[in-house]
Amino acid sequence: MASEENNTIAVDGEIVDLRNRPLAALLAWLIPGAGHFYQGRQTKAFIFLVCILSTWILGFALGGSHVVYSSWEPGDKRWHFYLQGGAGLVALPAYLQGRRMNQETDLGETNSDYEPLWGGLMAPPFRPVMESEADEVAAWYAEHGAGYEMGTWYTVIAGLLNILVIYDAYGGPLAVPISGRKRDPEEEPQETEEPAAS
Amino acid sequence: MLSISPTYMLYYVPLIIAIALVFGATRHENTQLVLQHAWQTGRWITGFMAVIFVVFLFLSWMT
Repeated sequence: MASEENNTIAVDGEIVDLRNRPLAALLAWLIPGAGHFYQGRQTKAFIFLVCILSTWILGFALGGSHVVYSSWEPGDKRWHFYLQGGAGLVALPAYLQGRRMNQETDLGETNSDYEPLWGGLMAPPFRPVMESEADEVAAWYAEHGAGYEMGTWYTVIAGLLNILVIYDAYGGPLAVPISGRKRDPEEEPQETEEPAAS
Repeated sequence: MLSISPTYMLYYVPLIIAIALVFGATRHENTQLVLQHAWQTGRWITGFMAVIFVVFLFLSWMT
């Protein structure tokens, strides 16, 4: 970033207008790439949209659509959801399902007449969930094997990558570390012999 | 030698492409520089993982 004036920055010899930065960051969180699209950075918007959403959706499919859910119950503290939620609106159904499940749970046990929304899309498992017990989570693991594990990590990584994208929408590109820069021989000052004093 | 199927290595391909491109695009505006940075990131991560792989392979050979 060579210069910064209001919301305009210069990067790689290009002038970038970040427009309303908080709004761009919010849009970037809701839909990966939307903040950049709002700022007129279409190429980057396309890269972010395709890379992050495809990673997230691929992970979701690998895990049999059960890897994203919101739960903070004993035996099933799904901390991954807070990172998966970095990808924005795609994780919203999990949040809604989690809230609904909490309302339908008494003393750690899901009511017997509870039916999750949308055919169980991103719904948490029926409670109680206990480690090393044959509950719903164990069935998902058994059904999808390594796919469940990989699907979880794919969606987590997609959410984490979108945090970088949100920062980029708010403040422009991250600085390349000095140690990572390669020397350009053309930029180095030429050493010339000084003429001998007469 | 390997306790998992080599096809599991295919999980790595879409992930490295996505990570490298997002890393590149969050550090540059120029598309050419984005692609260059992505290539370097992909190469670096692959090399790092290859080193770890060789270390584990050596350890498993030792035991």
